[in-house]
Amino acid sequence: MQDFAEAFRLAFTLVLSGDPDLLEIIGLSLRVSLSAMLISCAFGLAIGATVAVLRFPGRGAVIVLMNSLMGLPPVVVGLVVYLMLSNAGPLGFLQLLYTPTAMIIAQSVLITPIIAALSRQVLEDLYSEYAEQFRSLCVPTHTAIGALLWDARYSLLTVALAGFGRAVAEVGAVIIVGGNIAHLTRVMTTAIALETSKGDLALAMALGMVLLTIAILVNASVMALRSTAARHAYA
Amino acid sequence: MLDAVDRTTAGERIIASKAAPRGLLPMEARGLTLAISGKRLVDAVDLDLNANSITMIMGPNGAGKSLLIRLLHGMITPTSGSITWSGEQLNEGMRRRQAMVFQRPVLLRRSVAANVDFVLSLRGPTDKAKRDHILEHVGLLEHAKQPARLLSGGEQQRLALARALALEPDVLFLDEPTASLDPASVLRIEQIVSSAHASGTKIIFITHDFGQAKRLAGDIVLMHRGGVLEHTPAEKFFEKPQTAKGADFLAGRIVL
Amino acid sequence: MTTTKAGMRFAMALVLAAGISVPAVADDASIIVQSTTSTANSGLYDYMLPIFEKKTGIKVNVVAVGTGQAIKNAQNCDGDVLLVHAKSAEEKFVADGFGLKRSDVMYNDFIIVGPPSDPAKIKGDKSAGDALKKIAGAKANFASRGDNSGTHKAEIKLWKAAGVDIKDSSGQWYRETGSGMGATLNTAVGMGAYALTDRGTWISFKNKGDFEILVEGDKSLFNQYGIMLVNPEKCPNVKAKAGQSFIDWVLSADGQNTIRSFQLDGKQLFFPNAEAEPMQKAG
Repeated sequence: MQDFAEAFRLAFTLVLSGDPDLLEIIGLSLRVSLSAMLISCAFGLAIGATVAVLRFPGRGAVIVLMNSLMGLPPVVVGLVVYLMLSNAGPLGFLQLLYTPTAMIIAQSVLITPIIAALSRQVLEDLYSEYAEQFRSLCVPTHTAIGALLWDARYSLLTVALAGFGRAVAEVGAVIIVGGNIAHLTRVMTTAIALETSKGDLALAMALGMVLLTIAILVNASVMALRSTAARHAYA
Repeated sequence: MLDAVDRTTAGERIIASKAAPRGLLPMEARGLTLAISGKRLVDAVDLDLNANSITMIMGPNGAGKSLLIRLLHGMITPTSGSITWSGEQLNEGMRRRQAMVFQRPVLLRRSVAANVDFVLSLRGPTDKAKRDHILEHVGLLEHAKQPARLLSGGEQQRLALARALALEPDVLFLDEPTASLDPASVLRIEQIVSSAHASGTKIIFITHDFGQAKRLAGDIVLMHRGGVLEHTPAEKFFEKPQTAKGADFLAGRIVL
Repeated sequence: MTTTKAGMRFAMALVLAAGISVPAVADDASIIVQSTTSTANSGLYDYMLPIFEKKTGIKVNVVAVGTGQAIKNAQNCDGDVLLVHAKSAEEKFVADGFGLKRSDVMYNDFIIVGPPSDPAKIKGDKSAGDALKKIAGAKANFASRGDNSGTHKAEIKLWKAAGVDIKDSSGQWYRETGSGMGATLNTAVGMGAYALTDRGTWISFKNKGDFEILVEGDKSLFNQYGIMLVNPEKCPNVKAKAGQSFIDWVLSADGQNTIRSFQLDGKQLFFPNAEAEPMQKAG
């Protein structure tokens, strides 16, 4: 296959040329997926921490459900969000379909279970260490949750990145609710799908390489941030 | 340090702190029982702690020592029986006037100072001067900014102790705090515990170390199979235990 | 509580790090056109929409999906204008009250492409029906969209006219990809199967391999596109005025000339045939 060589060449050319269309698409991808990650963290961490700390009837079932929802198919999420946001749907009046907001909502629905399930595991492991000490100190539940979230923050950063990775890589949900509209809702993955459907496999592959590079850059900068923060945490 | 003399209800002479006892004594446990899946791990314990002494709890592994102090501290609920401190049923308010140090120190993944700040924040506004004073007292002030988990075993246990003392507890429970430490570290821990006792804190201390018990104890509670075999002033216990099993235990014979 | 405060600071830092901003929302001066991949992938919209936008200031957002999904989306009121190619489905859409008047816009034509080895020997056949009969007779692989799109519907009609019942052969030589035109062509090229496609998609398609056009020019292969406004009475959100001005422009001499002048590799892809424009001109 000369497609790979061609794809590499194209990927370099694309990045070096600073093509404004490409930059726009990259920018939207980042904005949508990072926003989805933040929203999912707000909900997912709250759910994960609550389930990790509290004991209530049906807790086992909730954990099974959370873990299962990590495998939500993006297409199904896209379809559900589409049906909700469609003008024929209950939330149609919001006029959000085919906007970046709709894409953020779909990706948030997709990755909130991932953040919740993974953070639940991380926090529960830490809590099993802290539990006896906390009981001795009469630590109120909300303080305990705050302490767990804070002390596990570096592990939770990895959890958030797992969510971001899933969000930025999925195409099934955003293409349905975003519509892959040029200059409005086109992101990296839908652009790749489009170029594949045009049979321009080399360009699709090149875009894929750019997407991978972005993912690496995001992860690297978060890791850099993390080690800087860790160095200053005790200063 | 351990010089004042007090009298218990049993008429036994127990060394107590000169400082006036703070609040919670006497402690009275009656018929205290903890059963887990039918097994009575703590079995009908009657125990009185009246003097502001260092009470050492001893006995073979599995005797129920750790469970007993967790019951007395209100961390677990007994299956039956009652616990009163200063004549009142054990409640949340009393629990906040007690503290516990575990065999393996549970430190937050934070700096040494932040570990103390955390417990201070539980009882009121954090006080930097107070924190530094406590860290100085346990010899950790120079490590204040280090991650707690990078301390040595002895330092970690001293931090756990500092955190407990930051609460200014009336009662301090210690569950084999020196079990895995080197002799120098053991000695430092013992000094800190003694000085806490001297300033009026009731100490309830589990140990397997006869030397430690001889050095610190005012009275000995000997446990066996979930029950209290005897509760005797330390001097008397080491001279001649009141029970045959106690004598066996002291002589290092297997007691099961 | 220091913990809570510190947690808040951490969260704030995350928010700032991500640079979250208010997402853009399609404004009033924009409309959504539900259309098909075949027109979008050819590049027609990229060519003609800037001309229209410059003239009117109306931004046109195209959602390119299969005709079946485009019609369904329009029925859900998720679009202002429908531009697709499945005449009977379009007429039903209008008859059911979802759309206003339907107008012919343009046509292109379907072609049958296949590998140069041509196992069913259909190359140069003047009749699409004969070619399909030969493919069925030879049990040569045929890749179908299988997605209820306009192209798929046209293909089904052609099989029916040729008297071939493809239902029994599904999964054997008749392969339904259930995907868009591009994905189906990728599959056809990959497995050396025949496929029916529109000329526009084929010319702009980059992954042809050694595939060639084997059958073309039959009248039954003409592919008519229609345009219509989504009914504002059914869908109050429809931007009727902006939508209608787009339709009017597409059907006007200016719009039709724009369509005619769109070329790819020196070839005209779409032949305007709105009522004001006589068909012969386009041929």
